[in-house]
Amino acid sequence: MGRWLACLGLAAALVSGAARAADATEQALDEYRDMFGDENPAELWELRGQALWTEKRGPRQADLTACDLGLGPGVVAGAYAQLPRWFDDTGRVEDLEMRLVTCITRLQGYSEAEVLARRFGDGDKKSDLEALSVYIAKASSGQPVNIPLRHSAEQRAYALGEAAFFYRAGPHDFACATCHGDNGKRIRLQAMNKLSDAEGARRSYTQIPAYRTSQGEVRTIGWRLYDCFRQQRLPELRFGSEVAVGLSLYLARNAEGGVMAAPSIKR
Amino acid sequence: MSPCKDRLAISALTLLLAVNSVAPASAADEPPALDIAGAMRASFKDKKQATLARLEQDETQRLCSAPGGALSPADASRIVEINRATLAGPSDGVYLGDHTAGERVAMTGSGLQWNDDPTKPNGGNCYACHEMAAKELAYGTLGPSLKHYGKLRGASPQMLEYTWNKIYNSNALVPCSLMPRFGHQRILTEQQMKDVMAYLFAKDSPVNQ
Repeated sequence: MGRWLACLGLAAALVSGAARAADATEQALDEYRDMFGDENPAELWELRGQALWTEKRGPRQADLTACDLGLGPGVVAGAYAQLPRWFDDTGRVEDLEMRLVTCITRLQGYSEAEVLARRFGDGDKKSDLEALSVYIAKASSGQPVNIPLRHSAEQRAYALGEAAFFYRAGPHDFACATCHGDNGKRIRLQAMNKLSDAEGARRSYTQIPAYRTSQGEVRTIGWRLYDCFRQQRLPELRFGSEVAVGLSLYLARNAEGGVMAAPSIKR
Repeated sequence: MSPCKDRLAISALTLLLAVNSVAPASAADEPPALDIAGAMRASFKDKKQATLARLEQDETQRLCSAPGGALSPADASRIVEINRATLAGPSDGVYLGDHTAGERVAMTGSGLQWNDDPTKPNGGNCYACHEMAAKELAYGTLGPSLKHYGKLRGASPQMLEYTWNKIYNSNALVPCSLMPRFGHQRILTEQQMKDVMAYLFAKDSPVNQ
């Protein structure tokens, strides 16, 4: 972390224009990525996720290898690139985290509340969901995002996600589209992508889950949505709610054809 | 069977046919309309000062929520009309406060999020979207540059009133503007808006250096 800050500080001190400052931020991040080479701190989460997938745990002392992520029981490779999707056995559209909760509660016997109590990792209190998400997302690295929207419930979820993306509310009148409605614009120094279009959606969506240098944690799409709504000055987005699923499906579908490159390293 | 009973039977059959022919067709042709407001209500929970009431849209927010930003000319006029009606100048007629305090408002991004301390003043977060003082490099580009704002435009009564209105309620000037309606929505106090005005207009403000 210290090296990263020193690196950013040095880069920022060397430039004068703000556009160059923004470039420098991106460059410092690139240098930080280079320091790791092909390594990413998210590998620690990936390893822990793999262990959580295969270890017998919970009241039923079961592993998760019978979990069907959409491509059949136990198939992890390529599954994340085709989520969220409809599941016959639950009769609903589920994103990765919802599906993991379904599997953990059904196979291992934990309660949903137990799983969600540590949904977002914080320091020593690491999240099992984040670790499992990295392990599963990594197994789709290099695969194109593929969301065909064959089921009518998936089409409805997409339409709902789109409406939520443009829904302005709260004291600031913010919608997702307020900040993510254009490519090439910045919030302070942070470059923003237009997430309603393929180009911008691919650029953002394929990088998540990501290791966040500013937090020292791995974060998923679920966290990204939760935290965006905080910044929108809206209340807390419920886990597994129709807006949460709809938005992650909307983003995934818009990113279709983009090649998954998660976990990445982000600011 | 009496004629009366026959008629009843026929009526019942007609009713049955009518129901059978209408119901499936309407279900197939017209799926239930998307209730986004209801879905939003069901998908969030109160968290500290950020309560579910914040999900309820006023007319402006509702008209500005069409996917892709579509807006009819009639709706655009309507938005300007209802937001113009909210405009109010400073109560004592004085537009300019303290530019140093204004810079703090422009720099501060916190306020009204559920993790913010509600006893502290809200920020205006101007730098999130606007270039202002030349010395501050970490500015956003969602909005136009405001560098040398007063130096370039002068401080005529019209320019002061226009700028105040823009801060107070941006939608009175540009329908569905991305900029928050700082006065109308009580994000900033009157004094904070005066201070931001001074930050934009004062000759010795960093914005005009």
